[in-house]
Amino acid sequence: MTTTAEVEKPRTDAGSEPAPRPRPGRIRRIGLPYLLLLPALVLELLVHLVPMVIGIVMSFKELTQFYIRDWGTAPWSGLDNYKVSVDFDAPVGEALLHSFLVTIGFTLLSVGLCWLIGTAAAIFMQDTFRGRGLLRALFLVPYALPVYAAVITWVFMFQHDNGLVNHVLHDQLHLTDKPSFWLIGDNSFYALLTVSVWKGWPFAFLIVMAGLQNIPGELYEAAALDGAGRWQQIRRITLPSLGAVNQVLLLVLFLWTFNDFNTPFVLFGRAAPEAADLISVHIYQASFVTWNFGTGSAMSVLLLLFLLAVTGVYLAVTSRGRRASHAR
Amino acid sequence: MRADSPMAPPRSFLWSRRIFLTLLTGFVLLPVYVMVSSSLKPLADVTGKFRWLPSGLTIRPYIDIWSTVPLARYFVNSLVVAGAATVCSVVIAVFSAYAVSRYDFRGKRVFTVTVLSTQMFPGILFLLPLFLLYVNIGNATGIALFGSRGGLILTYLTFSLPFSIWMLIGYFDSVPRDLDEAALVDGCGPLGALFRIVVPAAIPGIVAVAVYAFMTAWGEVLFASVMTNDTTRTLAVGLQGYSTLNDVYWNQIMAASLVVSVPVVAGFLLLQRYLVAGLTAGAVK
Repeated sequence: MTTTAEVEKPRTDAGSEPAPRPRPGRIRRIGLPYLLLLPALVLELLVHLVPMVIGIVMSFKELTQFYIRDWGTAPWSGLDNYKVSVDFDAPVGEALLHSFLVTIGFTLLSVGLCWLIGTAAAIFMQDTFRGRGLLRALFLVPYALPVYAAVITWVFMFQHDNGLVNHVLHDQLHLTDKPSFWLIGDNSFYALLTVSVWKGWPFAFLIVMAGLQNIPGELYEAAALDGAGRWQQIRRITLPSLGAVNQVLLLVLFLWTFNDFNTPFVLFGRAAPEAADLISVHIYQASFVTWNFGTGSAMSVLLLLFLLAVTGVYLAVTSRGRRASHAR
Repeated sequence: MRADSPMAPPRSFLWSRRIFLTLLTGFVLLPVYVMVSSSLKPLADVTGKFRWLPSGLTIRPYIDIWSTVPLARYFVNSLVVAGAATVCSVVIAVFSAYAVSRYDFRGKRVFTVTVLSTQMFPGILFLLPLFLLYVNIGNATGIALFGSRGGLILTYLTFSLPFSIWMLIGYFDSVPRDLDEAALVDGCGPLGALFRIVVPAAIPGIVAVAVYAFMTAWGEVLFASVMTNDTTRTLAVGLQGYSTLNDVYWNQIMAASLVVSVPVVAGFLLLQRYLVAGLTAGAVK
């Protein structure tokens, strides 16, 4: 991504200097970088790239439980799996579209809130004050907790009869007529969003905090001398300086949230309620519950194409925006 | 830095900060409080209406968790898998990042872009293919990858590789090249320069990457739920065992959650300083 491009600049500069290193034979010198990369390459091939190719091949096959032992023998089905997936008038396609839209809404809300909370917290904690170190450690706890341990605690809190949420909202604050169900029905969307934001914002906090450290202190001093108040400094210096960090942060948050499987899977189990039917769990169910792996693969490929397109457009647009603002 | 700012922040700023940070602390700590307090409650307290304060404190749940499900076995499995994945991931990432940071070679750009783009793959896309691949490799060569810890280690270490490599490239770039070129002149081989000069200078970045790799492996659920069997099950899947029984022992679930969280949270909080430093130098540029 753009960051790699930036990282490479100093290297090409240095590479053009005459290298004063001894030459232990040309072949070794040329071969060495590849040798160093070899383990990573082999693993990436084995675990990421080859399975991806297999997944793409599978999406063109009629791969049901009858063929799973020897999947090579499954008959080719052309584009059938794709047609089923995007036929939005038929049940399968309709459910996929619904799940896709739910995921989009969920992701945008979650990423927005995570970014907002993380940025605000990082900016508020830029000064030193008593208890700042402790607070910073506390804030990172949701990020450090294993997903399943954290989410299972939320499951307990969202229980209908013995959960904390209903106890507070119904028994103590009397906000609802009767205890609500949080993990089934329409409320499940908000339950999922709450857990996702709780778990996700510390990452934004961490990255923004790191980004803030790269803003030179003289900028603030100069602004203060010019009479800019604290809020103005934040608006004029802090936020604009975070542009590059935000570009990567928002993309990473988007991809992670969009692809998140662990949170909904632990929160709802195998059968996610319709209102919180995130695409990863949806495809998992489409594959493993109905044993129709061909269709599941086609859906995954469509999802990947969508993410590629979004990432490409996002990087193109934001990079141009950043260049334009630099030129100004 | 900011603390030396010549102007004291206005009251509006201080009050916003107080209110915001207080609310946020409450939000963050609520589940932590529920986890800790419920883990010390007798069963009656967690089956009836929620109680803010336990009717009595007991450490019974902490004793029972080990016999309700084979938690110790899951624990060992998770430790072995996450530990091995972390060590391998860090070593491999160090080699790759060194190659990218210090050498110019054909395909460098392709390598970094490909590795990074794997981050956007939905896990679900290669879950089944990887499962089939492991089964087939097992049938063809006799190397048991499916259902074994080895397969899981291989999978998890690859998951954390892209981000680790990316972060270490940034970190290594910030180590002055003069240092390792001097070492090369002094007769160190390239690997000598790497391990004597670059690695020691990049320790914060390496620690950050190790923490990240360990957390990735310790917390992963999807692949663990498909690729493990009774003997190799990790905590991620094993912890759900408490809820599938007839009674839901919420106090035990909370106790077990706390027990499995302590190693990672403690490690993370001890090393978070490095993580921030590593991110500042590496990822955030």
